[in-house]
Amino acid sequence: MKDTIKRLLQYTASVVLLYALIQLLIFAGIINEYYQVTLAMICINIILAVSLNLITGFTGQFSLGHAGFMSIGAYTCALMTLRVGGLFSFILGILLGAILAAMVGFIIGMPTLRLKGDYLAIATLGFAEIIRIILLNLDFTGGARGLADIPRYTNWTWLYIFTVICIVVTVNFIKSSHGRVCISIREDEIAAETLGINITRYKVLSFVIGAFFAGIAGALYASYFYYIKPGLFGFLKSIDILVIVVLGGMGSITGSILASIFLAVISTYLQAFAEFRMIIYAVILVIIMIFRPQGLMGTKEFKPEQVEKRIKERNNR
Amino acid sequence: MEQLLQQLVNGLSLGSIYALISLGYTMVYGIIRLINFAHGDIYMIGAYVGYVCMRHLKLGFFESLIISMVFCALLGILIEKIAYKPLRNSARITALITAIGVSLFLEYSTMAVATATVRTYPADVLINKTFSPIKGVIVNIQQVYIFIITIALMLLLQFIVHKTRIGKAMRAVSADKDAARMMGINVDNTISYTFAIGSALAGAAGVLVGIYYNTINPLMGMLPGLKAFVAAVFGGIGIIPGAFIGGLTIGIIETMVSGYVSSLYKDAVAFAMLILILLVKPSGLLGKNIREKV
Repeated sequence: MKDTIKRLLQYTASVVLLYALIQLLIFAGIINEYYQVTLAMICINIILAVSLNLITGFTGQFSLGHAGFMSIGAYTCALMTLRVGGLFSFILGILLGAILAAMVGFIIGMPTLRLKGDYLAIATLGFAEIIRIILLNLDFTGGARGLADIPRYTNWTWLYIFTVICIVVTVNFIKSSHGRVCISIREDEIAAETLGINITRYKVLSFVIGAFFAGIAGALYASYFYYIKPGLFGFLKSIDILVIVVLGGMGSITGSILASIFLAVISTYLQAFAEFRMIIYAVILVIIMIFRPQGLMGTKEFKPEQVEKRIKERNNR
Repeated sequence: MEQLLQQLVNGLSLGSIYALISLGYTMVYGIIRLINFAHGDIYMIGAYVGYVCMRHLKLGFFESLIISMVFCALLGILIEKIAYKPLRNSARITALITAIGVSLFLEYSTMAVATATVRTYPADVLINKTFSPIKGVIVNIQQVYIFIITIALMLLLQFIVHKTRIGKAMRAVSADKDAARMMGINVDNTISYTFAIGSALAGAAGVLVGIYYNTINPLMGMLPGLKAFVAAVFGGIGIIPGAFIGGLTIGIIETMVSGYVSSLYKDAVAFAMLILILLVKPSGLLGKNIREKV
């Protein structure tokens, strides 16, 4: 018990410290406007990747439509801040966007999650495309031109808060009994079903949670980059998120975080060569699948305690 | 009535192209249970090869068609050997992600080589004349060509699959890979042949679409590829006549929707159909239900 409290305090302290450190660097001007964009991309990608990892990595349901949920959050928040205005509308927009995305996730998940593997992938892809085409055709979403001049409320503080919330909720969900059920579905669906688990219910649950956070990520995105259009949330965006999850390891939260940072830094440097960035992405995907299909981290997590333990062991020797 | 017939004619030519692409999907899925996402991009490469043949080498239509088919067949074999063969025994998600990777690679390498600009096919390769068999319905000779070539390729494919040794081997491998290997069938070669044939058909579709719509670009394969997959699922994946029927159906419905409802919704229709068919009859129109064994 004492150990748990101590560890909790340590984690909280390090989370606050990291926030303060980066905020300080921003104030000092060491992290300039240009790098702040990278920072925002990292946070948004972490939320997206962790939430997709919950669906694909932990529950084993292969979804190719994550960008669809993201677009719902993005449009909701953008419309809220454009029509109502003020910080209050931003927070309301985020929550409403996330809830709407979760609801759509529920509606999509109920019928499609009966499907398996490849079929599920294609069905989620199809749904994401349908969402995109609907956004393209509605009047109040601005059609193909999208929405411009969205007020910027997203800053480092909000990004950090929501990233931390997303990670903490996901990690705790996985450690809960519900999360264990999800992992058992990934390992063997039929065996889980014979144990009396209502597998559809848990699949839908993880799908809804994933969609919820994807909605938050979309809302933060819309409010940071001023401008959204349906083309931004197409098939390629879903693939982008999938690459992060696969690279980090399907079933590893820390893997997703590290991969988000790694890929955001790479794409900042390859900004000028957009085509080459995609070629490199493609090559990374194929090579990882052939030589390390479980991803860089596999299902392992990076834990500070283990590093500590290892150092202690070495010192004792 | 005339409008309906006109849409039907347009739908048949679009559907023929979908049918040609979805045949490759169905064959590959039938034999190694992989959704070959890169298939739509092979179709795009086929269109580019046809473009180079016609515009730069000044070749005729049929020479270009054949060169493009051969090139795509070789490309299909190459992709299979490099990317899919090492993963033959791994999880299906792994193979699917690899296929997505290959697809992105083909798209963006083409973009890097040929740039993202839209290219136009030369207009005088095939006779571009229209006639009207019934009053009010206009048919382009090119549409007739597309339809006849599709039917001819389809018949050729049926002949290969049902009457030749390779076809027999393909059917055997798709029924049971291990049993086929024990019977002395070279499974690796058979899979390569399947990729070659499927890719050649996609290449043909690429050239036909270039002739029909005139414009090509590096990302043109993405949506038709997905729709062709929908067609394959619609007809029952793994079943060759099913893919053909599915392709024509999707093509016709799509032109009907863009004719009567709104062309903006035509892309959504294919996916809505996919979801509907997956929920109602996942095995497809001609498919049989297979019980899951534990």
